[in-house]
Amino acid sequence: MPNHSEVKIGLKMSLISKLKTFKGGIHPKEYKSLTNKMEFETIPIPQKLIIPLAQNLGNPSISLVKKNDLVKTGDIIAEQNGFVSSIIHSPVNGKVTKISNHPSVTGIPINSINIEKIDSNEINLMSILDPERISSEQIIERVKYAGIVGQGGAAFPTYVKLSPPKGKKIEHVILNGCECEPYLSRDFRLMIEKPEEIILGMQLIIKAVSATKGTVGIEDNKPEAIEMIRNAAKNYQNISVEVVKTKYPQGAEKMLIKAVTNKEVPPNKLPFDVGIVIQNIATAISVHDAIIKGMPQISASLTVSGLGIKNPKNLIVPIGTPISDILDYCGGIVQNTVRIIAGGPMMGASIYDLSTPVMKATSGILVLTEEEITHKEETNCLRCGKCVEACALNLIPTRLARLSLLDKLELAETQGITICMECGSCAYTCPANIPLAQWIRYGKQKVLSLQKERKSA
Amino acid sequence: MEFNSNTNHRLVIASSPHLHSRWSTKQAMWLVVLALLPSLIASVIFFGVYQLLIVTTSVFFSVLTETLIKKIRKKKISIADGSAIITGLLLGLILPPNFSITSTAIGAVFSIAIGKEIFGGLGFNIFNPALVGRAFLQAAFPVAMTTWQKPYYAVDTITSATPLASFKFDKAVTEIQPLILGNIGGSIGETSAVAIIIGGVFLIGIGIVNWRIPVSMIIGIMLISAIFWLVDPLKYASPLFHLFAGGYLFGVFFMATDWVTSPITAKGMWIFGIGIALIVVVIRTFGGLPEGVMYSILIMNAIVPIINRLTTPKIFGADK
Repeated sequence: MPNHSEVKIGLKMSLISKLKTFKGGIHPKEYKSLTNKMEFETIPIPQKLIIPLAQNLGNPSISLVKKNDLVKTGDIIAEQNGFVSSIIHSPVNGKVTKISNHPSVTGIPINSINIEKIDSNEINLMSILDPERISSEQIIERVKYAGIVGQGGAAFPTYVKLSPPKGKKIEHVILNGCECEPYLSRDFRLMIEKPEEIILGMQLIIKAVSATKGTVGIEDNKPEAIEMIRNAAKNYQNISVEVVKTKYPQGAEKMLIKAVTNKEVPPNKLPFDVGIVIQNIATAISVHDAIIKGMPQISASLTVSGLGIKNPKNLIVPIGTPISDILDYCGGIVQNTVRIIAGGPMMGASIYDLSTPVMKATSGILVLTEEEITHKEETNCLRCGKCVEACALNLIPTRLARLSLLDKLELAETQGITICMECGSCAYTCPANIPLAQWIRYGKQKVLSLQKERKSA
Repeated sequence: MEFNSNTNHRLVIASSPHLHSRWSTKQAMWLVVLALLPSLIASVIFFGVYQLLIVTTSVFFSVLTETLIKKIRKKKISIADGSAIITGLLLGLILPPNFSITSTAIGAVFSIAIGKEIFGGLGFNIFNPALVGRAFLQAAFPVAMTTWQKPYYAVDTITSATPLASFKFDKAVTEIQPLILGNIGGSIGETSAVAIIIGGVFLIGIGIVNWRIPVSMIIGIMLISAIFWLVDPLKYASPLFHLFAGGYLFGVFFMATDWVTSPITAKGMWIFGIGIALIVVVIRTFGGLPEGVMYSILIMNAIVPIINRLTTPKIFGADK
């Protein structure tokens, strides 16, 4: 087992030999020290849970319960609707009080099942499966029935990612341990506290897609995690750790694939197309739990941080827990709090209602103050080129933003606006404080609906 | 600090990203002002306190002109962004020592009015405003613009002509050492290479100036002038002489690197820098003028939009 200093020396060596990464990107202040020493705590089950019926990217799920129904922990309360969708299980024992629209972390109200808790320890688990004997199809089936969605941010149903289209051969599974968003230390803590589960979960994912090898990509600012994962993986010949440069957005799929394999996923293509499946650390644990413990995805692990929260923590919370319960558990918020965010500060959504519930893919709750969110005056574009240098996808953000503002959608389309992953690096770096990412997001949505119209016409 | 969790809290809703770098237009502009201080100090040392009056006049009329135009156009007054102050400082520093105060004021008004505001203000101008002002003064007062004061500590062999003029018209070579220190004839802020490099390296170090333009200009002029020099070292000036003589280094760090009037793509910055170097060598070697930095930068400014368009990078993962 390599000790800490050996890992450090290894890191220094790799610094000299230049760490793998991608071109572009930014270096925002990390704020990780607020929570990276905090062990996970499990929050008490709240009195009332609100479970949005759209936990995933794709089709919303269909409710199987109605008002006054009694549900047990682990019961299926909503079924899948089509291929890109997911099953939802009850995170508590309780009674359905209503099904109605409720504010969500996506910004749009979502039809949600409200459950009132009943004190009871009953739990309805799935059967436990043997990881040695399980077949590829059985793994995918179980991941589907456990309702697992990707926890890196996009909430794509995991079983879909494990079912590549016919003819696409997957060779390589990459586990994303970059956690490049500032503040968040959820994946870091998981790598320290549950390295064996992560590696076993990864092994199951590798088996599911019949890949030959796996790589865990971890940024070089997490030496403890690198050590723990290397150690947990030492008995697996096919799994290795790749230390990558700490840079935002290193954890974006395309950027991590570039760093680890030097392959570039073409525009409008998926990792499938270059023979790769990429999964998040927390997702690997969900896969592990679904097979080894028979546990569906009914909780989310997340970081609660920011200068506005009294006690920053890493928490395991039932899905559907209102953010206000989490803030209470963490000691409350300060008076000069200006923004509360679900997710990371670069790509997360700001919350307007504290009863908004946690979803399966929520990776953090951030309480930010005026100190962290500085408002500087917006000026004309100075054509400094900082956004061009920051864009990891080689777009010209200032041009795309301008085209969006002028509604020149066709031009924006030819300039690649739909390729933008909305990582926010351009807006972060802009000295003129132009909301570049926001304008581009606006233009991108318009171009996408234009493309839809064109298709249906 | 008071903590509470009542839900009456006022929250601000905004689209991501929620964090922002420390940069702002205002701050960047003031740091450029700071980077120009060594050159200003050097000018006082070599040419006397009077130069401060020229620079101050230039700054004052730049700011005044911008304010008046904004008032007339009923736009927000933008003195605080510091850009008019920079234009004034830059113009002042590229005028000959002891230049007329009245002409300086005229140049400053022209820089801001015709160089910047006529295009719509900061961010929309095509040409470097300070160079536009200087080009105007060059045309309006050709004799005054080429009358050079002898620096205070000049050794006898150096005349009041600039090293480039001495070379062009008399084939007299100036040693590199006085060129580096600045103890030579030339514009107020252009003569001391050391002072310019201190300011320039500072700007690159803190990330305001992209390194590609200075590096490409320096490599460009050395390589291009080396070709001529190797052919006939007596007839053509050496690469180091080209680099350190005249306003080249000032152009490298403070003029060509102006955000607004230089390319935004990495490849574009290289083309821009090498293009300037090429035109400078051509003008100095074959043209009627001993200098050429001003015209080179203005010419390259004009083609920046097309450079940007032609150097748009290939989208990540795309074939072409």
